[in-house]
Amino acid sequence: MSFFDVVFYLFATITVIASVGVVVARNPVHAALFLVLAFCSAAGIWMLLEAEFLAITLILVYVGAVMVLFLFVVMMLDINLVQLREGFWRWFPFGALIAGLMVFEMIWVLGSRQTADVSKAVAHAADYSNTKELGRLIYTHYVYPFEIAAVILLVAMVAAIALTMRRRKGVKSQNVADQVKVKKADRLRIVKMKSEPKGSEN
Amino acid sequence: MNLLANLIPAAAEIFLLVMVCFILIADLMLSKSGKFLTYLLVQLTLLGCSIITVGTHTNNVVYAFNGMYVDDLMSDVLKMMSYLGMSMVLVYSRQYLMLRGLFTGEFMVLALFALLGMNVMISANHFLTLYLGLELLSLSLYAMVALQRDSAIATEAAMKYFVLGALASGLLLYGMSMLYGATGSLELGAISNAIAHGVQNKSLLVFGLVFILSGLAFKLGVVPFHMWVPDVYHGAPTAMTMLIGSVPKLAAFAFTVRILVEGLQSLEHDWSGMLIILAIASMAIGNLSAIAQTNLKRMFAYSTITHMGFMLLGVISGGIEGYGASMFYTVVYMMMSLGAFGMIMLLSRAGFEADTLNDFKGLNQRSPWLAFMMMLLMLSMAGIPPTVGFYAKFSVLNSIIQTGHTWLAIVAVMFSLIGAFYYLRIIKLMYFDAPESHAPINVGSDTGLLISMNGLGVLFLGLMPGSLMSICAVSVQQSLLLH
Repeated sequence: MSFFDVVFYLFATITVIASVGVVVARNPVHAALFLVLAFCSAAGIWMLLEAEFLAITLILVYVGAVMVLFLFVVMMLDINLVQLREGFWRWFPFGALIAGLMVFEMIWVLGSRQTADVSKAVAHAADYSNTKELGRLIYTHYVYPFEIAAVILLVAMVAAIALTMRRRKGVKSQNVADQVKVKKADRLRIVKMKSEPKGSEN
Repeated sequence: MNLLANLIPAAAEIFLLVMVCFILIADLMLSKSGKFLTYLLVQLTLLGCSIITVGTHTNNVVYAFNGMYVDDLMSDVLKMMSYLGMSMVLVYSRQYLMLRGLFTGEFMVLALFALLGMNVMISANHFLTLYLGLELLSLSLYAMVALQRDSAIATEAAMKYFVLGALASGLLLYGMSMLYGATGSLELGAISNAIAHGVQNKSLLVFGLVFILSGLAFKLGVVPFHMWVPDVYHGAPTAMTMLIGSVPKLAAFAFTVRILVEGLQSLEHDWSGMLIILAIASMAIGNLSAIAQTNLKRMFAYSTITHMGFMLLGVISGGIEGYGASMFYTVVYMMMSLGAFGMIMLLSRAGFEADTLNDFKGLNQRSPWLAFMMMLLMLSMAGIPPTVGFYAKFSVLNSIIQTGHTWLAIVAVMFSLIGAFYYLRIIKLMYFDAPESHAPINVGSDTGLLISMNGLGVLFLGLMPGSLMSICAVSVQQSLLLH
């Protein structure tokens, strides 16, 4: 077993354990932290495959931004765990039966003839830049899907704004711009009328 | 291949995207009362797209962007139909949405984005573009369902749609990655070649196929992946329901055919068996559940499930007749569902939804013409002769009998017979029951004209289905390289 294999199995074991941890952890904060661990070890596996750009992006984007946001939300929301777990044991036998059935089917279909095919990535020279190659491909070969992905992000932005920016009915807020713009003519009506002699009301 | 050769086949999509971005900005400048201008601009965009699609049409199958994009007759026909359908959706829903304060620039922009996603799916030749088009479409639809923020039921529907849709996308992606692992390519033609030349790991291929089919079934809304359909159809504002239930079916058809026929034709004996199960289950559960519904939108949701099951029958039988019949069925179904949802919106007014069976009671006394149009649409959905629905069902059944699945045709006819009950019940309610309310029906001149054209179109196409049928057959033949 070479050093490569040792590192691969180490990362793979950590990933699997962490993933199980995400599912079984009682505390949602712990689950989120397990997910961070899973991401980190997955990034390690990618690094082994010489996909350093993906590995770095996974850490930067997922661990650095997405998971932090996730932790924020989990900590801010008051999730009632007891309520969430209600009925777990009632449905457990049914769920376990289906899961077991599916595992059995998969084993049956795959048989035991499949072995893991852990092949090493194609080795490149030291000056080979994975990031540069990726960038070149994205802007040439994959330019069409790349643009569509950009449109999807635009839709996400439009949708987020359309769904959150709205005026709630009955909120009594001031519109400062309108208040400043007000002119005398908008508020005051000057009525011309003849002055009446004193004592005419009698 | 130079830049221009890539851009010309995709000119319609590029124009659409540019216009959407323009409308997105222009809408902000236009005042609240100027929504009609935005609306006009959107309709002009659709017109422009159709002119470009016709103008850039060639008689060959053209690949662009390194084989990720395909421009063939099937994509052109389906795109033209999608422009038409989207235009009809906007005409039908204008008044309805205005009364509910939803006729905003965002609605129209999201609708156009959804259309762009559909067109990307329709001309995709690569798993990446198929998936991205699907996501573009779905994301726009999720947002549109949730657009009515003050309605709890619409928010719930959007949530269900989003969660289940994300799950389906996950399944689809998982399947695609397995196929990539087995064949080493994401391009449909290359995958087809790789499979034809023999793949080492056949079980990986079949596993991938199962995941892809599950994802597809989710998106099509066929049993047993149909749970989201009734809730979303019921919960969404009717205009959004109409949009979800009509035009995207064209893209779903293209999606199914491109993956299963262009990419995985060699695995046909694997997927046709799975499709048979999906189709029969959809026709059974869809039809039987629809009988129990009193809400029309829910009923049409179950009817969609049935129709999608029926559409799959054409894919199962294969060949020019089968795929052509399937395409014809999809186009016809789009027309019928546009009319049916349009009728619900026509009868609705501010603060009132005409979406229960009781609202259709005695429609003949309130408006004989609308009742007649609804009768034509319902007859067509049930598949009763003078209307086009009959011909659509007939051609699918014909193709399936020709391939020797006579028992399947018999099952389909039996379930259609059961399904006829709930369509005919609406006709009975309209003509033989006393109306519950005598509120006047305000029909705008544009929607009135459109519903008349829609209803009469269903009748006219039923009398002369030949031209549309041959267009479908020729386009399928040319695009899928069948002989």
